[in-house]
Amino acid sequence: MTTYIVRRLLTALPVLFGITILVFLFLALAPGDPVSAYINPELGQNEVVRQIIIKRYGLDQPLPVRYVSWLVQALQGNLGYTAVAGLPVLGTVVRGLTASAVLIGTALSLGIIIGLPLGVISALRQYSKLDFTLTTLAFLGISTPSFLLAILGLWLFGLELGVFPIGDMQTAGAPFTLGDFAAHLALPALVLGLGYIAILTRYTRSAMLEVVRSPYVTTAESKGLVPRVVIIRHAFRNALIPILTVIGLSLPDMVGGAVITETVFTWPGMGLLMVQGVVARDYPLIMGVSLFVAIGVLAANLLTDVAYAVADPRIRY
Amino acid sequence: MASSGIPEDQLNTLLDQPVDTPLRQTLRRFRRHRLAMVGVVIIVVLGAGAALGSGEAALKQTLADANLPPSAAYWFGTDANGRDEFARTLVGGRVSLLVGLVAVFFSTAIGTVLGSIAGYYRAADYVIMRAVDIVMSFPTIVLLLVAVSILGPGIFNIMLLIGLVTWPVPCRIVRGEFLKLREAEFVIAARCIGLRDRAIILRHLLPNAIAPLIVYASLGVAFAVLTEAGLSYLGLGVQPPTPSWGNMLNAARSLSTLELMPWQWVPPAIMMVTFVLAVNFVGDGLRDALDPHSTSNH
Repeated sequence: MTTYIVRRLLTALPVLFGITILVFLFLALAPGDPVSAYINPELGQNEVVRQIIIKRYGLDQPLPVRYVSWLVQALQGNLGYTAVAGLPVLGTVVRGLTASAVLIGTALSLGIIIGLPLGVISALRQYSKLDFTLTTLAFLGISTPSFLLAILGLWLFGLELGVFPIGDMQTAGAPFTLGDFAAHLALPALVLGLGYIAILTRYTRSAMLEVVRSPYVTTAESKGLVPRVVIIRHAFRNALIPILTVIGLSLPDMVGGAVITETVFTWPGMGLLMVQGVVARDYPLIMGVSLFVAIGVLAANLLTDVAYAVADPRIRY
Repeated sequence: MASSGIPEDQLNTLLDQPVDTPLRQTLRRFRRHRLAMVGVVIIVVLGAGAALGSGEAALKQTLADANLPPSAAYWFGTDANGRDEFARTLVGGRVSLLVGLVAVFFSTAIGTVLGSIAGYYRAADYVIMRAVDIVMSFPTIVLLLVAVSILGPGIFNIMLLIGLVTWPVPCRIVRGEFLKLREAEFVIAARCIGLRDRAIILRHLLPNAIAPLIVYASLGVAFAVLTEAGLSYLGLGVQPPTPSWGNMLNAARSLSTLELMPWQWVPPAIMMVTFVLAVNFVGDGLRDALDPHSTSNH
């Protein structure tokens, strides 16, 4: 087990390295001139000032040298300053990360709490009216992009019914209260969660169908165990293994869905930061966000693999 | 004839029957998949609508008629620039479908080439798979946003970029299939008779990956259409005045349009969901039809 974890970590290292190179290339490939951003526009484009800035920031160095010095700084937590607001990138991104984590975490919990039971019920009543309804709804949920659900949610609950506040994490100017925060969280989390519920219902259903046909379930049934025990302890626990993988592997898509959902609801997470960065061509911010997102996904994949190995004792590495 | 032991009339009826080729079996299984057939009908209808839409009408601005609700003259009403929403929905479908198809073509082509190399040559495998890991660490939309910030939005960039960031999926499919079969007897036999690598890859290994690739490509079109729509909704995809389902939905970013002028965003939304639903049905049907071992869950 330990060897497996160590080996898995070792394969993740070059990937992490590659991610940093790719993120650095974003800035190198970006159009526009980082130097002019540092010159006060009122001074005009002075060639002498330009040369001084190029020298001072090492922009006359070849790309690999610049990459190494960027990496050394990044490792020490210095990701530079956002071009628009002039704030440190690290602090901005960490605040965004916290907001995103709360949103995605809530939505994912909704998905697990509602999606898994629905999938199990759907599988146990295969071909029933209930199963047909749930499968159709799940298909519909998968085919509807999260931003469209977000628009519909905004329209129905935010505007027509007016039950939820729209936009941001709390009422502007008001002191922070948990109730206010929850009211702001409800709509985006629900919208994002609906997509997860659809995906998890579908996967749980097919994982359960696969498992209930296996011999050990028949054995458990013929031993005379009550159906509830067979389903929960024998079938569901085994169906959980592929479901775990699905949750881990679809994490990038979940983060991707959150990008647009956050933008619709102006939820101040990584997604909104990313879109704002792209619109304003704020490359330090874009680099910071994409670096954190990629590392987060990499770490989540790593955890999934380890959890998979822990959960399934049949797998020996 | 008589030596086969079968009476001649029976033999003739047997010979008259078409041979049950694998392709025919697959088509038969596919036709039996009811939801998939519904999907095919929907796609044909939407495709016909997209093909028949008038590009001229979709772009013609009549500013005096701006923001009109649906009427006999404008079936789906007009947008803020006085353009006919019905024509824009049809032409928008054409743009969205085109983006989806071209993007999947790029993605499948890149993925197939790299996947074949990774699956066949052990030396290249490590490098290509780490590249796959790196690309897959970024959510598609994040990579696309970065790429758009560098290259700029636009219909051609979007097609190319969606292809460029989604190739790891077909790459893994092809590689997996190659790894499974690389040491199979028929591949060793092909090598023994002196076939070159190119012939082994193209004629003996790649055909085995076609079934999963077809399934990927069908679902990939749905994914690409949704991705384009997401980017265009943010104003970073297909640029107006060219309509696409996504950039028509961009109108809904204004709260007043969202609340008061539903005809400006509901039609493209319904078309898009219907299309993606149909594609998912077809993809599901293809999966069941192409893989006889898979248990149909429908």
